[in-house]
Amino acid sequence: MTELMPTLFTATLQTLAMVTAAVILCVIFGLVLGSCLAITSPQGMAPSRGIHELLAIFSNISRSIPFLILIVVLLPLTRFLVGTSIGTAAAIVPLVIGGTPYAARLVEAALLDVDPGLIQAVLTLGASPSQAVWKVYLPEAIPGLIRAFTVLAITMINFSAMAGAVGGGGLGDLAIRYGYQRFRLDVLASCCIVLILLVQIIQFTGNNLARRFDRR
Amino acid sequence: MRGQSIQRNSPITYTAPSAVYVRGLTKRFASGAGAALDAVDLEVPVGAIHGVLGSSGAGKSTLLRCIARLEKPDAGEIVVAGSDWTSLTGAQLRRERGKMGIVFQQLHLLSSRTVAANVALPLELNGVPSAEIAPRVRELLEWFGIAEKAAEYPAQLSGGQRQRVALARALATKPRILLADEPTSALDPETRTSVLNMLRGIRNQLGVTILIITHDLRSAAEICDSLTVLDAGRVVESGPASQILNQPSTDVTRRLLAHTGSPGTTRFPVSLVHFDELGQP
Repeated sequence: MTELMPTLFTATLQTLAMVTAAVILCVIFGLVLGSCLAITSPQGMAPSRGIHELLAIFSNISRSIPFLILIVVLLPLTRFLVGTSIGTAAAIVPLVIGGTPYAARLVEAALLDVDPGLIQAVLTLGASPSQAVWKVYLPEAIPGLIRAFTVLAITMINFSAMAGAVGGGGLGDLAIRYGYQRFRLDVLASCCIVLILLVQIIQFTGNNLARRFDRR
Repeated sequence: MRGQSIQRNSPITYTAPSAVYVRGLTKRFASGAGAALDAVDLEVPVGAIHGVLGSSGAGKSTLLRCIARLEKPDAGEIVVAGSDWTSLTGAQLRRERGKMGIVFQQLHLLSSRTVAANVALPLELNGVPSAEIAPRVRELLEWFGIAEKAAEYPAQLSGGQRQRVALARALATKPRILLADEPTSALDPETRTSVLNMLRGIRNQLGVTILIITHDLRSAAEICDSLTVLDAGRVVESGPASQILNQPSTDVTRRLLAHTGSPGTTRFPVSLVHFDELGQP
């Protein structure tokens, strides 16, 4: 068991590195894409069927491809962006591309949860559309956005388990290669326990943050 | 200013300049999207408290949304504080918005901002330097008696306090006109009285012209100088409040009066302060 600890520790760090980097990028891209989806949606500030449909199709494409297959399909792009298609850094590319549309849909839902009457009221106070987004839409949606990003982070942990396919390392990779293929049940169980702990910590932190920001 | 001495269908001729002047306002919707308006005329003299009365579906909300320019009218004219708002859009409309403060029925305070930050919002949006915002906000909160609530969030306040915050926010840019959507409905009697007193104070002490849109005839009777009765998207009656309440000339008005439990013959207390005594703010 003790000889397992360094390996488990490295794998946990790899998972955390992949997930943190992917979540940060997904949050940035997801906020942009999700805001555009919400603003152009039929219930949004500036409904535009054409733009909304286009963005929706775009965000549905990568969500419809199983993540393991997405990794393989994206190998050339990964090689182009990162210089290699193998390793933890390479795994971040499919994670971000797979996670962004998912994040965007979560952001869209959180934003559409903001009372449209509130946006109209703020427009009558003299807000420009961009002021309405930055000063009202996003700040009012913060508790919802925190909950959305909590779900995103947990999904990214799930996705990252498949990153072993490109030598990304991490807990999922360790569990499959040592735990499953070499019949090391102790490795399998340890990986699962660490994963469960990670998810619990993320959910707990997310819930608390959301509650702290929720003034309603 | 527009709207001087305009002869109307009703026998009343206003001689004071209009704060809000609406002529032939027409708005149609695809079925179900909202109540239509048909050639609505409305004049609110400077310094008046004017009420637009009507039951639900009469077109009150559509009228409010058109005057607030959240909707573009299909036809007609909207003049606010001397500027033609009818076809303003974008930045031009935003620059004009400071002339008219609006309090919505649901108040629409920002739950993520403190009381002070809510009141500061229109000033921030209009590019007022932050050094000037704080004193103005303090002044407003003190005027409305909620200075000690500055750092609290709307959810922590009572209904009456929230109403004060909404009024303070609507008046932050020192508008000449206040448009109030159902300011007294869904309030308990005590809070209702206090809101009416505040509206009187806003007109009498700050010299702000007030346009109230409501189905609450009792409040309108207590506070309005003049009234316009709306039914099925048309103006059915318009004139001094005392005249309309005591000698209603249409069945629509009589029905409205009957619904409040007061027959048309009851004398309503009508605000004694008249706009012409105030002069222009």
